[in-house]
Amino acid sequence: MTGVPLLTLIVFSPLVGAVLLALLPREPVAGVRRAALVFALVPLALSLWMLARFVAGVGDFQLVERASWIPQWGIEYRLGVDGISLFLVLLTTVLTPIVVLASWGDIERRVKEFFAFLLVLETGMLGTLVALDMILFYVFWEVMLVPMYFLIGVWGGPRRVYAAIKFVLFTMVGSLLMLVAIIYCGGRVKAATGAFAFGYDRFLALQFAPSEQLFLFAAFALAFAIKVPVFPLHTWLPDAHTEAPTGGSVILAGVLLKMGTYGFLRFALPLFPVAAVVAAPVIVALAVVGIVYGALVATVQPDLKKLVAYSSVSHLGFVMLGLFALTPTAVAGAVYQMLNHGLSTGGLFLLVGMIYERRHTRRIADFGGLWGVIPVYAAFFLVVMFASVGLPGLNGFVGEFLILLGAFGPWPRATAIATSGVILGALYLLWMYQRVVFGPLVHEENARLTDLRGREVAVLVPVVGLCLVMGLYPAPFLTRIQPSIDHILARLPAATAMARR
Amino acid sequence: MIDVAPFTGRWEVALPGIIVAATALVVMAVDALSRTTERDGLAVLGMVGIVGAAVAAIGLWLAPGTGPGFGDTLRADRYALFFTLIVCAGSFLTLLMSVDFLRDQPLPPGEYYALVLLSTSGMIFLTAANDLIVVFLALEIMSVALYVLAGLFRRDARSTEAALKYFLLGAFAAGFLLYGIAFFYAAAGSTRLDVVAHAIARDGLRPLTLLGIALVLVGFGFKVALIPFHVWTPDVYEGAPTAVTAFMAVGVKAAAFAAFARVFMAGLGGVAASWTGVLWVLAALTMTVGNVTAVLQRSVKRMLAYSSIAHAGYALLGLVAATHDGGAALLFYLTTYVFMTLGAFAVLIALGRRGEPNEDLADWAGVGFRHPVLGLSMAVFMLSLAGIPPTAGFAGKFYLFSAAVDAGYVGLAVVGVVNSLISVYYYLGVLVAMYMVDGDRAIVPPSTRPYLLATILVSVAATLLIGILPAGPMAMAKTAFLSLH
Repeated sequence: MTGVPLLTLIVFSPLVGAVLLALLPREPVAGVRRAALVFALVPLALSLWMLARFVAGVGDFQLVERASWIPQWGIEYRLGVDGISLFLVLLTTVLTPIVVLASWGDIERRVKEFFAFLLVLETGMLGTLVALDMILFYVFWEVMLVPMYFLIGVWGGPRRVYAAIKFVLFTMVGSLLMLVAIIYCGGRVKAATGAFAFGYDRFLALQFAPSEQLFLFAAFALAFAIKVPVFPLHTWLPDAHTEAPTGGSVILAGVLLKMGTYGFLRFALPLFPVAAVVAAPVIVALAVVGIVYGALVATVQPDLKKLVAYSSVSHLGFVMLGLFALTPTAVAGAVYQMLNHGLSTGGLFLLVGMIYERRHTRRIADFGGLWGVIPVYAAFFLVVMFASVGLPGLNGFVGEFLILLGAFGPWPRATAIATSGVILGALYLLWMYQRVVFGPLVHEENARLTDLRGREVAVLVPVVGLCLVMGLYPAPFLTRIQPSIDHILARLPAATAMARR
Repeated sequence: MIDVAPFTGRWEVALPGIIVAATALVVMAVDALSRTTERDGLAVLGMVGIVGAAVAAIGLWLAPGTGPGFGDTLRADRYALFFTLIVCAGSFLTLLMSVDFLRDQPLPPGEYYALVLLSTSGMIFLTAANDLIVVFLALEIMSVALYVLAGLFRRDARSTEAALKYFLLGAFAAGFLLYGIAFFYAAAGSTRLDVVAHAIARDGLRPLTLLGIALVLVGFGFKVALIPFHVWTPDVYEGAPTAVTAFMAVGVKAAAFAAFARVFMAGLGGVAASWTGVLWVLAALTMTVGNVTAVLQRSVKRMLAYSSIAHAGYALLGLVAATHDGGAALLFYLTTYVFMTLGAFAVLIALGRRGEPNEDLADWAGVGFRHPVLGLSMAVFMLSLAGIPPTAGFAGKFYLFSAAVDAGYVGLAVVGVVNSLISVYYYLGVLVAMYMVDGDRAIVPPSTRPYLLATILVSVAATLLIGILPAGPMAMAKTAFLSLH
C-alpha cells in the first residue's frame, strides 16, 4: 500500500468535502450538519491510518510525496510528515469534527457555508503542516487566512468585522515579509546551484552569512511571532477570540496559533540557527513577559472568553520559552505543550460556548453556584480547567514540566519567573472556576439551566480522554516527537559556536 | 520610382490586426443595412472576428521564422503575439459581457461594437509596432475609438466629462510622445527601434536621446496611468460606461505596456541604467499612491480605477528589473490582470441595472449570500487582485517580486509587498460588504443575464487555473519575451 498518496488525501479530503457540501441543498439543515460531520471524519480516519504507518524513532520525513509544480522556479509539490508535524496533523483532524459537533447548535444561519469554510480551513492547516516546499508552505499558510476571515467576519459577535480585518492585516504584515525572505533564499539557492529552488532541504543546505541570517530570521520570526502571538504582537488575538463563534475560537486557539510555533521550530530555527541563537535571549525575554502579562491580564478579565484568550497568550509564552531554550527536553516539552494547549484551551472555549448558548452571556459575574444545577457540565469544566492549569496526571503538567526542566539550565532566571506563571495560571483559572461554579446561586436564570446533552458530552469526552491519556502516558507521543527534534537541534552546536564569535 | 517591395512583403505579420479591423467594418455595414432591431448578432460577429485574430496569432506563433514586415516597422514576433492574445482575450470577454450590458443601457450597439473592434485593432498593431511612428499611429487608432466610447452615454454629464477629459489629456500626452519620437529621430536618423538601439550602441547616451527617453516616458506613463500622469484615470473610469471602463482597464493597459516595454527593452535597453532609476521611483509612487487612494473610495468603480493604477505599478517592477525574467513576469502579470480585473468589472455590471448602477459599497450589502455565484466569483477576483494564493494574482506577484529580487531590487520588492498589504484592506472591504453586512437590495438575478454570467465564470476559471497551474503560461511568457531580442 505504499503507492497511496496518503498525505495528499488527508490534506485535500476536507476541500473535496467543502465543495460537495457547497453543492448540497441548504435544507434540511440537519442533513447539512450530518454531511459536514462525515466530511470531517474522513480526514480523521485517514490521519489515523497515517499514524499507523508512521515509523517511530525516525527523525526524518516520512510518507514523502513529490511532484513537479512550477519547474521554471524549481517549485515542487512536496509533502512529508515527521514527529513534529505528525501529532499536529492529528490534533487538527481530531478538533475539526469536534468543532463541527460543537457548532451544531451554535450556528443557525448559513450553516452550509460555515461548515464549508471550516473544511477549507482544515485543508489550509493540514497543508501548512506537511508542506516541504517553501512556496507550497506559503500558499497553504495564506489559504488558512481566508476561511478564518469569513468565520470570524460572518458568524462572529458584534464587532466581528473589525476583529476579522485586524486578524487578516496583522497576519499578512508578517507573512508578506516572509514571502520576500523566501524569495530571497530561493535566489540564494540559484546563486549556489544555478537555478531557483524552494525545497525545504535546499534551504537547509544554504550557508548564510550571520548578518544575512539576522535579517531573514527577523522576516520569518515576525510572521510566526504574530501568529503565535508573542507579546507585544498579541493584540489581535483577544479581539479575534472574543468575536469569533465558538467553533472559530476552538480552531483558532487549538490549531492556528500552533502554526506560529510550528513555523519557528520547522523553519526559523533550523534555517537560520546562528540568528536563532543570537535572538534567543530577546525571544525568551518576550516569552516570559508574555507568560506573566497574559496571566495577569487574564486574572482581571470579567469575560470568560477573554480570560481564556489571554490565558492563551500566557500558555504560548511557555511554548516559546521551551522552543528557544534550545535544549532537547525543553523543545520536546514545547511540542507537547502545543498539543496540550490545543486540547485544553480548545476544551475551555467549547465549555464557554456551551454555557453561552444557554445564558447568552459570558460575564463571570452572571454565574455562580452552577455545581448544583448542572453537575455534568461542572465536572467536565473541572477536568479541562485542571488540564489547563497543569495539574499532575493531566497533559498540561507534562508539557510545562518538560519546558521548565529543559529551560532551567540555559535560562535559570527566566525559568524562575516563568514558574511564577504556573502559579498565576492556577490562580486565575481556579478563581474563575470558583466564581462560576461554586458559591451561592445568585442569579435566578441560572437555576433553570439544563445540563449537557448527549451531543455535547460526545464533544467533550474525546477532549477529556486525550487530556488524561497524554497526562498519564506520554511515552508513545514523545518517542515519535523526540527524534525529529534532535534532527533539528543537531544544527545548533556549530551555530552556537559561530554566534559566540 | 519608389521601391514598394519592402512595404508589401510579409503582409501576414499584420494579419490579426487586419482581421479585427475588417470585422469592425463589416459590423458597421451590417448595422447600417440590417432592418431588424436585434443587435446581439453584431457582438457574435465581433467575437468571431476576435477569435479569427487569435487563431491567426496562434498560427504565426507556431509558424517558424515569421520575419519582419512592412519595412520592419511591424514585427509579429512571439512577444507581439503573446500580447495580441492577451488583448484578444480582453476584447472577447468585453464583447461577451456587452451583450447583456447593451440590452440594459441606452447605448447604440452598432457604433459600440465597431468602436470596440477598431480600438482592438489599434491595440494589436501596437503590440507589434517596431517603429515609433507606427507606435504613435496604433496608439491613436486605439485611443480615438476609446475617446468616443467613453462619451457614449451622450446624455450623461459624467460620461461626457470623461470623454472630454480623456481626449484633452490624451492629445496632450500624444504630443509628448511625438516630441520624444522627434528627438530619437534627431539622434538616430530613424524612428525604427532597431536603428535607435543600434545608434545608442554606437554613440552611447546623447543628450538628445535622453530628452527623447524623458518625453516618451511621459507619453507612455499617461497611457498606462502611472503616477503622476494618472489624474485622468479615476474620472474617466468612473464616467465611462462600465463595460468600456473594463475594456480600457484591461486592453489599453496591456497594449500600452506592450509598446512601452518593447521601446524601453528592445530600443533603449542599451542605456537601461539611465531609466531604471526613474522607473523605480515611478513604480513605487504608482503602487503606493494608487493603493492608498483606493483605500479611501466608497464607490467600487472608482476603487477599481485606483486599483488598476496600482497594478500598473506592480507590473512596472518587471520593467525596472530589466532582465529576461522581469520582462516575462510583466507579460505573465498582465495575463493574470486581464482576467481578474475584467471579472471584477463584470460583477460590478451584474449588480447594477439601468438607472440603478449600485456602484457604492453600501449597495452591495449581503449580496454574497443571496447570489452565491456572484459572491464567490467576486471573492476570487478580490483575493486574486490582493495577491492571495492560490489565485493567478499571487502567481503573478510572485513572479514579479522574484524577478525584482533576482535583479537585486529587494527594496522595491518590499515596497510592492507593503502595497499588497494595503490593498488587502480595500479588497477585503468589498467582501465585508458582500458577506458581513446585512442588506436586502434587490438585484437582477444573474441567471437572466447569461452572457454576463459566462464572462464571470470564464474569468473565474482562468483566475483559478492560472493560479494553481502557472507553469504553462509562465513558460509561454518567457518564450515570448525572449523573442524580443
